[in-house]
Amino acid sequence: MPKYELNVDGKPHSVEADADMPLLYALRDDLGLKNPRFGCGLAQCGACTVLIDGTPSRSCSIPVDSLKGKKITTLAGIEKDGKPHKVQAAFIEEQAPQCGYCLNGWVMTSVALLEKNPKPSDAQIREALSGLKCRCGTHVAILRAVKRAANA
Amino acid sequence: MTIQTNRRGFIAGTGALVVSVALPGAAVPARAEAPAALATRPPLDPSKLASYISVNADGTVNAYLGKLDMGQGTDVGIAQMVAEELDVAVDSVHVLQGDTDTILNMGGATGSSGIWKGGDALRNAAAEARRVLLDMAADKLGAPADKLVVDNGVVSVAGEAGKTVTFAQLIGGKWFDVPMEWNKQIGIFLGVKGQAKPKSPKNYKVVGKTFRRRDVAGKVMGTTEYVVDVKPAGMLHARVVLPPVAGAVPTSVDESSIKDIKGARVVRQGDFLAVAAPREWDAIKARKALKVAWSDARPNLPGDAGIYDWIRRAASNKREAMPDVGDIDKAFAEAARVVEATYEWPFQSHASMGPGCAVVDYKPDAITTVWTPSQKPHYARDGVANILGLPQDKVHGLYMMGPGSYGRNDSGDAAMAAALISKALGAPVRVQHMREEGSGWDPKNPASVHVSRAAVDKDGNVTAWHFESKAFSRLDVESNESQPAHTLPGMMSGVPLKYTAAFGIPEESYGFAAKRKAWETVPPLLDRSSPLRSSHMRDPTGPQVAFASESFMDELAYAVGMDPVAFRLKYLADARDRAVVKAAADKAGWKPHTAATKQTTGGVARGMGVSFSQRSGTRVAVVAEVAVDAGTGKVWAKRFVCAHDCGQIINPGLLTMGIEGNLVQGASRALWEETKFDDKMVTSVDWLTYPILDMKEAPESIEVVLIDHPEIPPTGAGEPSMRPVVAAIANAIYDATGVRLRQAPFTPERVKAGLA
Repeated sequence: MPKYELNVDGKPHSVEADADMPLLYALRDDLGLKNPRFGCGLAQCGACTVLIDGTPSRSCSIPVDSLKGKKITTLAGIEKDGKPHKVQAAFIEEQAPQCGYCLNGWVMTSVALLEKNPKPSDAQIREALSGLKCRCGTHVAILRAVKRAANA
Repeated sequence: MTIQTNRRGFIAGTGALVVSVALPGAAVPARAEAPAALATRPPLDPSKLASYISVNADGTVNAYLGKLDMGQGTDVGIAQMVAEELDVAVDSVHVLQGDTDTILNMGGATGSSGIWKGGDALRNAAAEARRVLLDMAADKLGAPADKLVVDNGVVSVAGEAGKTVTFAQLIGGKWFDVPMEWNKQIGIFLGVKGQAKPKSPKNYKVVGKTFRRRDVAGKVMGTTEYVVDVKPAGMLHARVVLPPVAGAVPTSVDESSIKDIKGARVVRQGDFLAVAAPREWDAIKARKALKVAWSDARPNLPGDAGIYDWIRRAASNKREAMPDVGDIDKAFAEAARVVEATYEWPFQSHASMGPGCAVVDYKPDAITTVWTPSQKPHYARDGVANILGLPQDKVHGLYMMGPGSYGRNDSGDAAMAAALISKALGAPVRVQHMREEGSGWDPKNPASVHVSRAAVDKDGNVTAWHFESKAFSRLDVESNESQPAHTLPGMMSGVPLKYTAAFGIPEESYGFAAKRKAWETVPPLLDRSSPLRSSHMRDPTGPQVAFASESFMDELAYAVGMDPVAFRLKYLADARDRAVVKAAADKAGWKPHTAATKQTTGGVARGMGVSFSQRSGTRVAVVAEVAVDAGTGKVWAKRFVCAHDCGQIINPGLLTMGIEGNLVQGASRALWEETKFDDKMVTSVDWLTYPILDMKEAPESIEVVLIDHPEIPPTGAGEPSMRPVVAAIANAIYDATGVRLRQAPFTPERVKAGLA
């Protein structure tokens, strides 16, 4: 089986896998990272979201052979100096998640949004987060959290 | 900020004392370990105080809750109720849940009964524990019990400084040996009382105040262990292989088709078919690669477009009516006018955020374990025992956080599949469904047709109301997975469907002189293994029945020339019902009107609608404000005002957030959700074919008015506010456009068709 070098949360890893195996399975099964989760396998929900070179990406649909030289960041890699990222701190403060299974998508996409646009409007937040799924209906709490993070 | 990152923080309230065990080379959560030594605990017995409450050596308290919090803070509410009775700090109460070995079966998450029934049991138990502790303290301190005061777990004698003893000193680390009066019920209605009477609400210190959730930090920091993360050593990943056409069964399986996939194996039991492999991606590949010849099934399903005519034509198999109020036939015979309308509701899917998952480690000579996100872990344990032919006490069920659960989703089927495969392969097995199974094959919320009629006299008074539902049962399969017959793997491995005919009626207090409310059910579409088999989904039958009955009340109000709020205030007989309607209307800035207001600016029509319902004692009124794009037909449920009365409020902050979730999920069901199917199979199999509410359509504001009745024992809040949402939106669309939508969901296509 071919070997692939992956740079995940600032550390190099080597994974033996089929070329078409999605990144999600390398992260979960080979690297033991559990935050990206399987929701659909179709890039429709965002539960598997990671940042690839800073762009929110659906790891369930990105083959492991396409990531040479790219920086992959998971939820476990966004803490700074052992402290929660400001987006995480805001989600905690607002008690945003219910089941929390979808959380990667919202947190990672919000992190990327605030990098690019530190003071987004309500409409810009909704636009950036569009397409992510939350089945518990915590949308309004998520909006509050992202606004709190933007103001932090 | 302090972040608690223990893995089992979701099981036991505060994290610090909770033991987390990881076996070498494996990530296997241990049972919910209690600080008080479990080894010496008396056997789990509903008529013993020790089954509900214990005091640890450090003075903290364990509350053993057979309900389940799944992210709404039910556990926090229980901690407050227990802390209140014992006079200890809320933070010192650990609420233990989800472990079938150490916790009684109180039904799990069921019927919005966590606080309603679970809180009642734990409150009574905590009150009894306090009484016993005070008796012990009286002996110890040589003072009568009625001279003792308790503060934060420290007992002192009133007026005698320095004479104190703590709960920890009295019983810490040991178990109560105290009988309780048990109502002999197991499951949702388990109830228990001691000799002690709980506190009067006027003395409450912590009940009624907001305390924060305990599970949030672990979820946000990514340290919470979910069921998908469980990995016992030697675990295999498995996928089920389901037929492409409903009702088809495998006639032959070509095992050589997966021979090139490392370690891949086929499991077949009867018509149940699955693949497994050491690596997850290999299991997924094997599922796709496996060549199966299927029988030529022709289920002749009526299709989503034909389902309502199918229901109307089908012979019903059961009818149930409430006793009539008044003389309904006479009222209709004498009516000056009859108003009548028919409403239709589709099949809907739980479509949980992730498809069902479970891990089972079958050990015939020891204890078999099931890790499950089922909201009824005791029943999942029973189901695994039954499908494997094991006695109940040889199976240990452990709840793990999962991908959302709003009733009987597909996680129970995953547990049964994992059990069969684990037994067949002699290894621990993790089954995760694929998306198409989570949306296409989960038990569905039943489709229904509702006919509502009212008799009106010559002066415009409503004299009679007749409401009939004809529907698929809400229980083609049970609301839990305790028997193989109620699960897909069970049915596929040869056990016939065990069907119950059941539906629901409007819960309300309209004081019409004559009333008749009834339902009839039609048989399931297939005799077993149907992707459209029905079961409970959040507020079973509630949204559809209230959609019909409360849309109708709106129609009726306009028909008699009344404002929809004034109509409800006139006819609702119960003061608490009227109070929620009034509170919601006042907060919303309701402007009385007797015809659709049809306010349109720039191609967008705006309107407000009201709706009301009861659910097991809880009353909710919702005012929805919508903006309807006349060009696209798209509806934005822009604002909700919800007035909510569930009796005594335990935790207003978390209650409010739980209501928000209900309203948004309800809006999703109202506007988007419909399981589509053709003559062969369900075609709503992912998020494109089963759309739900998007962030762009999230409400702009949700305002919740809580009406507190400390003197009335709390009723449920997990589901009641789901109930009136759909009708409130339908009524708002009518106010905005003059279009009455009588078929849900209110998709752009349906709205446009109505506007045309």
